[in-house]
Amino acid sequence: MGTYITFPDLLIWLPILAGVFCFVAGTEKNARTIALGFSLLVLGVAVTSLFFKEEGRYLNYNNVNYIWLKYIGANYFIGLDGLGRMLTLLTAIGFPLVFVATAKAEVKNSKSFYGLMMLTQAGLMGVFMALDALTFYFFWELALIPVYFLSSIWGGEKRIQATFKFFVYTFTGSLLMLIGIIYVYLHTGAHTYEDGTVTMHSFALSAFYNVQLSASEQNWLFILFFIAFAIKMPIFPFHTWQPDAYDQAPTSVTMVLSGIMVKMGLFGVIRWLLPVFPMAAVHFKNVVIILSIIGVVYASCVAMVQDNIKRLVAYSSIAHIGLMCAAIFAMNQVSIQGVMIQMFNHGINIIGMWIVVEVIERKTGIKKISELSGIANTMPTLTIFMVIVALANIALPLTNSFTGEFMMFSGLYHYNRWFAAIAGLGIILAAVYTLNMIQKVFYGSANAVTGELKDIEWTEKLSLLVVVVLIFAIGVYPQPLIDLTQSAVNNLLVRI
Amino acid sequence: MDIKAYIILSMVLFTIGVVGVLVRRNAIIIFMCVELMLNAVNLLLVAFSKMHALEAAAQASPNLASDAQIFVFFIMVVAAAEVSVGLAIIVMMYRNVHTVDVNFLNRLKN
Amino acid sequence: MNSIIQLAWLVPVFPLIGFIINGLGRKNLNKTISGGIASMMVLGSFIISALLFAQVTHHQTANIHLFNFIQTKGLKIAFDFKIDQLSSLFLMIITGVGFLIHVYSTSYMHDEDNKDFAKYFAYLNLFVFSMLLLVMGSNFVIMFIGWEGVGLCSYLLIGYWYRNTDYTNAAKKAFIMNRIGDLGFLLAVFWLLAKVGTIEYDQVFTAASLAKLSAADITGITLLMFVGATGKSAQIPLYTWLPDAMAGPTPVSALIHAATMVTAGIYMISRSNALFSLAHTTQNVILVIGLATALLAASIAIKQNDIKKVLAYSTVSQLGFMFIALGTGNYVAAVFHVLTHAFFKALMFLGSGSVIHAMGGEQDIRKMGGLHKHMKITSITFLIGCLAIAGIPGFSGFFSKDEILAGAFAHNPVIFGATLFAALLTAFYMFRLYIITFTGSFRGTHDQKHHLHESPKAMTLPLIILAILSIIGGYVGVPEALGGHHQLAEFLSPVVGHSSHELSHNTEYMLMGISSVLVLISILFAWIRFKNYRVEGQATGLSKWLENKWYVDELYDMVIVKPLKSISSFLNNVIESKVVDGTVNGVGRFVNYSSRQLRWLQSGQVGAYVLLMVIGMIILFFIQFFL
Repeated sequence: MGTYITFPDLLIWLPILAGVFCFVAGTEKNARTIALGFSLLVLGVAVTSLFFKEEGRYLNYNNVNYIWLKYIGANYFIGLDGLGRMLTLLTAIGFPLVFVATAKAEVKNSKSFYGLMMLTQAGLMGVFMALDALTFYFFWELALIPVYFLSSIWGGEKRIQATFKFFVYTFTGSLLMLIGIIYVYLHTGAHTYEDGTVTMHSFALSAFYNVQLSASEQNWLFILFFIAFAIKMPIFPFHTWQPDAYDQAPTSVTMVLSGIMVKMGLFGVIRWLLPVFPMAAVHFKNVVIILSIIGVVYASCVAMVQDNIKRLVAYSSIAHIGLMCAAIFAMNQVSIQGVMIQMFNHGINIIGMWIVVEVIERKTGIKKISELSGIANTMPTLTIFMVIVALANIALPLTNSFTGEFMMFSGLYHYNRWFAAIAGLGIILAAVYTLNMIQKVFYGSANAVTGELKDIEWTEKLSLLVVVVLIFAIGVYPQPLIDLTQSAVNNLLVRI
Repeated sequence: MDIKAYIILSMVLFTIGVVGVLVRRNAIIIFMCVELMLNAVNLLLVAFSKMHALEAAAQASPNLASDAQIFVFFIMVVAAAEVSVGLAIIVMMYRNVHTVDVNFLNRLKN
Repeated sequence: MNSIIQLAWLVPVFPLIGFIINGLGRKNLNKTISGGIASMMVLGSFIISALLFAQVTHHQTANIHLFNFIQTKGLKIAFDFKIDQLSSLFLMIITGVGFLIHVYSTSYMHDEDNKDFAKYFAYLNLFVFSMLLLVMGSNFVIMFIGWEGVGLCSYLLIGYWYRNTDYTNAAKKAFIMNRIGDLGFLLAVFWLLAKVGTIEYDQVFTAASLAKLSAADITGITLLMFVGATGKSAQIPLYTWLPDAMAGPTPVSALIHAATMVTAGIYMISRSNALFSLAHTTQNVILVIGLATALLAASIAIKQNDIKKVLAYSTVSQLGFMFIALGTGNYVAAVFHVLTHAFFKALMFLGSGSVIHAMGGEQDIRKMGGLHKHMKITSITFLIGCLAIAGIPGFSGFFSKDEILAGAFAHNPVIFGATLFAALLTAFYMFRLYIITFTGSFRGTHDQKHHLHESPKAMTLPLIILAILSIIGGYVGVPEALGGHHQLAEFLSPVVGHSSHELSHNTEYMLMGISSVLVLISILFAWIRFKNYRVEGQATGLSKWLENKWYVDELYDMVIVKPLKSISSFLNNVIESKVVDGTVNGVGRFVNYSSRQLRWLQSGQVGAYVLLMVIGMIILFFIQFFL
């Protein structure tokens, strides 16, 4: 292994390289070009990797294992499996989409901005591919830190407060997880390197999977890890950083945060939490599902009375993520597979949603729903896109979310019908707040501000078009995504 | 002489030193009080050393008998070094602020 | 000739193409082209549907496999179409009536901008597409896809004039109420998946007939399905969206909110008759709800003054009739009534559209009157519609309604009585509408009077065709008592089985006689009451309740909407900001506060530090030696 330039290598090092280039780019405009160019390159790599997914034949293309810290048994071990492939694809699609959609927005000091964005991408890629706990933790933090700077420097008025909250929240979670990782590490078996060096313990994923822990150990370790992931997702009641952060962060960062970064939490649960602590997962699953479902209904209710369009989308996202978390813990084939494809779909939809919100905020300077009205009169194209994205957001059939939500609900129902029924209230409430928002913002007659608007530019059109095409393509024919994640689900279910 | 007398003397000296450091504001007096505490400890060390000397000899380890006394010399050397540095600081302090009142030096607060 | 059936996938594809062309090209197409494309696409679907129908009459049915929608371990959902007697009949209704309404719309919507015109037809095509999916699907998920799709189109078309907040409110209400029903349907699907493991119609029904489902399961599943049906087919308690839905353009009301979409619930239940026949509790619930809806809506319709509102409540009431039929296990009668109702209600809606067109947008019947003189075709066709819905012998409504009544009588004479009463109310309010609108003298403004004219051919032609169908449509189901064969029952029997009720011919004659006579009396009463109609003053007592629709909207507002809003505000303002966020911020504030207090220890006085040190040492000393 490691004798080729592999897909994981490319997916991580290209963004890092791009980040460095951006920092040293001569002009501000160059930075944007470099970022866009490299992110498209990454997209190309991610798409190409889809054709090399056969485990047996292309093992060496998809896995990298370098010795990192030999004396403690930590390796730079990354690899692509079905789930990782899908999420790296989402990350690879997300960034160029964000860059194109916000191309018309003014960014001060864009060299650092794009540099940090690309570093974030590298961090995300690493999280989704890590097969070693220390590598995972490293990338987990690598994804967090640039976002901290991005939102505290380029954010809105209350950015410092919001970012501080976000940072403290997630960092607390991270540290708890680190404690957990170290504890599990100390209980792993010995690891022998190829040159005969033996270490007492190992950080490798496989070692973590094989670790023997008593039920009570599993329980409190589960709590440590779960809090970290629950904050990241976020799950009620760990969610309050999110509306503030989404509201105050620059919208392109919010897109990354909500579209891709929250998937880190879900991914962590699927890749690390369930397989490493299966007994605790079974022990806690009802608690988690109930918390998640409370979150679904609660966030939907709160979303209904939001007047700030960004906070509305944030709460909507909390509700959707809550459903995904509940479905993971229903722990059956259909529900988990539904979650996996919904992770992708939610990423696409919410990025589309933010693109529209960003356009509105940039052009009017308003994010209060009550001060907007009748945008459909002056921006019909934007309205059409928004309606489609919103319908995808409420999981209308033949849009991408339908398949995911159908499978999640189906699995959840299989586990417990009352959970599914109560979570189903979220479907109704989602329609209420989404349609309310559309009605108030887009319909009606235009007011003084919205009457002067011009319709969207080609860059925004292009990015929204990509979103909409993905929405319908996956909505009508979701089978490729299902096939992609099939093996990941099987591997997971064997362990729990 | 009974060891208790040494201990009491040493305690008295030490307490005088501590109280002096705490209540006096003149840097030179504080300095002298610090010396007093060091010497109280020295006295105690020497006294214990004398007391344990026979015991140590009985265990046939003559090194133990003189360990504490050697330690006292260390302390005296360190104290001498400290005096030179400390006095230098006090002199510099006087030159700069024309006082040796330690309460005047509360810039640490800021 | 099997190849025709294999081409069934073309039926929904045509309107989809129309939707895409009109949707993408809305800025560049002129009205003739966009209207023409849309209508032609539906015509194409109609032609293929007719060919399919011809095949099916020769007992050729088929399942057409397109692709696997979702396939994984433990879940397989195929994107398949099922062409059989029931679906082919619905295909005919949808594409046939749909085509007429498309043609009508090209004229009715002619005052719109090019862009909006194309948008309208795009939505209309999308609706036809979704509705076709709904009836053609070979499993409940495909039905659900169409089910939500028609709900979406209904939303888009009700809110078509999006600048008007009332209209968009109505659209939103329709969508949300439908969603409530949809959740019920969805849960039924999950229940089936959990118990049977499949949602293919054939397999589910086989499983049910083999008693693989317990009685409780079947009752639960069918009740949840019926919840879905109450949403889509506007039954109590989810009916209030339909009258509001009249905010949409009138042809939309005719197509979606009278002829096709609202009958989806009936389609669903007739399709799943194998399940419903096994669930007697559900059947009774359906019967009660249907009857209550029929009576309630009919009573409201008596006092409405908006021409479309009357028709809307009439639709709700007629749907109630269909549910009565379903509740008595009389599936053929329900489908029969869907068929005839599609004709005469579409006819009346289009007629009302013609009236509104002539009146320059006025919908209040108190400002109309004597329109017969000015628009003869509209008036006569509308009259035919009224006669049909009232159930005058010879018109289509007579046969279908008679069958429902007969079924109800066989079930329980009390139910029959109540149903008959609803039918009498129907005759009364329909003729009230007709008499106030078309006879007497004109009560509108002078301008309106000059503007009165008969509508253009594109509008009257569909009226005439539908009027003819409203007359002859009933003859596919002439009961044996009248010497017919009831071809419809024969045709549908492979899907819904044979009708259950066994009444002697004499009883049937008696029932027909009673209902016909009473209906005539009811019409006569309406004639006497309204022939010299003058605008009445403030209503009081019962009529005030009726005029205000029994205050059901207000009740819902008070019981559901307002509490939900205040709970949400409470969650947002108190729980979210004070409790959850408050706890988080509280932790931060505590740390801040304690740091600020601890800061006083750092006085900067060396003496103070030394004092602390000494105190610390003394404490340690004590701990060491005395504790």
